[in-house]
Amino acid sequence: MTATGSSEGRAGVEVRLEHLTRKYATTTALDRLTLTLAPGELVALLGPSGCGKTTALRLLAGLEEADSGRVIIAGKDVTNVPANRRNIGMVFQAYSLFPHMSARQNVEFGMQLQHVGPAERRERATEVLDLVGLAAHANKFAHQLSGGQQQRVALARALAIKPKVLLLDEPLSALDAKVRARLRDEIRRVQLEVGITTLFVTHDQEEALAIADRVGVMQSGHLEQLGPPTEIYSRPATPFVAEFVGLTNRIKGEVHGGTVDVRGTRIPLVDPDVDDGPATALVRPEAVTLASNGEMEDGPLVGTVIAIAFLGAMSRVTVDLGDTIVLAQMATSAASQTPAGTKVRLTLRPDPVLIQREQPAATAP
Amino acid sequence: MTAASSPALSSAARPLEGGRRPTLSWVGVVPFFLYVGVFLLLPTAIIVGGSLLTPSGSLSFANFEGINKPYMFKAFASSIAISAVSAVVGAFVGALLAYAVVTGKPDGILRRTVMSGAGVLAQFGGVTLTFAFIATLGTVGFVYVFLLQHGIDIYARGVWLYDQAGLTLIYLYFQIPLMVLVFAPALDGIRPQWREATDSLGGGTWHYWRYIAGPLLFPSFLGCTLLLFANAFSAYATASALLTQGGVILPLQIQFLLTSETGSSQPGYAKALALAMIVIVLVVMTLYTLLQRRTAHWLR
Repeated sequence: MTATGSSEGRAGVEVRLEHLTRKYATTTALDRLTLTLAPGELVALLGPSGCGKTTALRLLAGLEEADSGRVIIAGKDVTNVPANRRNIGMVFQAYSLFPHMSARQNVEFGMQLQHVGPAERRERATEVLDLVGLAAHANKFAHQLSGGQQQRVALARALAIKPKVLLLDEPLSALDAKVRARLRDEIRRVQLEVGITTLFVTHDQEEALAIADRVGVMQSGHLEQLGPPTEIYSRPATPFVAEFVGLTNRIKGEVHGGTVDVRGTRIPLVDPDVDDGPATALVRPEAVTLASNGEMEDGPLVGTVIAIAFLGAMSRVTVDLGDTIVLAQMATSAASQTPAGTKVRLTLRPDPVLIQREQPAATAP
Repeated sequence: MTAASSPALSSAARPLEGGRRPTLSWVGVVPFFLYVGVFLLLPTAIIVGGSLLTPSGSLSFANFEGINKPYMFKAFASSIAISAVSAVVGAFVGALLAYAVVTGKPDGILRRTVMSGAGVLAQFGGVTLTFAFIATLGTVGFVYVFLLQHGIDIYARGVWLYDQAGLTLIYLYFQIPLMVLVFAPALDGIRPQWREATDSLGGGTWHYWRYIAGPLLFPSFLGCTLLLFANAFSAYATASALLTQGGVILPLQIQFLLTSETGSSQPGYAKALALAMIVIVLVVMTLYTLLQRRTAHWLR
């Protein structure tokens, strides 16, 4: 396997989206989005349906026109350049292979449009198919390939034209879990090997955190936070990010002088510069631990285990505190000590947390 | 209560001795096969049998010799020409209309209206359709009179409505809607991702139609055109109502041979012609099926 042919003359380029806005009738799909991808970087845009992540990708691809803002690739403003002249490789969600062409013909098609000679086309198609591990399936048609294989051919087809940028529009969402995980790693391997600047759009947080150099979490056309996966997970900038990425316990508490008192435990705040008063603390399950299983008096953090979800090496324990349910995540060996029905005391680790305040009810004017 | 504790339930669930339980699911298709048997297979068998019998009842191919007669050959040629022209024109116009419809909203009012209308108009034929054309485009039809009053004489070179050209025009009235109905599913099978993939690979509209959509749709288009050909080739009532003299097309020749007012009816000869028509339609429909099958896994 070699990447020389596919990476030839194609060092990653910088991509900049500047104040991109896109409206559909009265809905603003993208609101002044600004995002820079460093050369060779893989950035994942993560968010729920309708957050604007696919719109951002389509504007970068040139498949849609922005109402305002600029798209700059390798220092050139391509905002008004049509999609077929941007030299961008794209992998779609599914079903994008041309069904009347074999895998090889699909891969060669872009080169054919670039007037690459038949011999060179064939050689390069073999290289990229080899790169994605499908050289042996070159003569198969889409309906003869599995979903994962089809997406690998689509990746090979996108890379065969030696694009400046690679766009991946939820390429794994139509696949089953096992294939998804394997292909995710495969995409990352190929991307690193080729060194191409890549934008990956997904609604799957696990996928985004696993594959990307940086993750951008989007909501309502805005970029809520952009950072490395560890930062997104452990230091979410907004309550939305905290709730969207990973699981979060919402426990009522009281803010006092830059900390929040949660059921008798004082926890520092990520942003201590807030007014005192009631608030909901957003606490990660892994910041919740179980105290020893013995005789214990009632207290605000004493409850009963009602369920244990086995996740492999880790388990998630659901504890009923009477007025609220709290999730705790711990090693399976520890979780197995507290079967359902066991009375336990929770301890909250004092990691800085975000808080959320109830919105005041709207009043009639 | 479990099944194990209830002998009645247990025995009901157990297969009959020696193998699988008999199923009655085939009963559902009996009406269909009865219908096909009575209205398709039985008449076909009568035609095949009758075409091979002489008036005296002996087996012979003599009935088929008449097909070579010049006037019969001409009727064959006219039938094929009218069917081919109405199929090709109907296919192109219908395909364009179907494309316009499927590129709109999938559940939009335009699509629902056009598809419903096509469903009705594709079945609109016979005396009613012929009368509609005579009342509008006939020599005293209101459209003809209106055009004439405005200086446009569509019959300046002779009245063509009651000729092959007129019959072709009338056939188009149901051929175009039929094409919309049968070709729209193929167009629906074209995925927007293919267009966008072509764009991202550096192609334009021409490349998309030349290399992607065209090759994908062509077998289905050809198949639908053949279906339209068969539809026109086997049409009888419309032509019968429009053309009162002469056997311009094959079905009318068969009619004359079966219902001669001069006592010279030749049922064996008529059945031989009908068998020839069946063979042609069978070939066309086989080609249609093969072409549809070819695109089925592309455009599903």
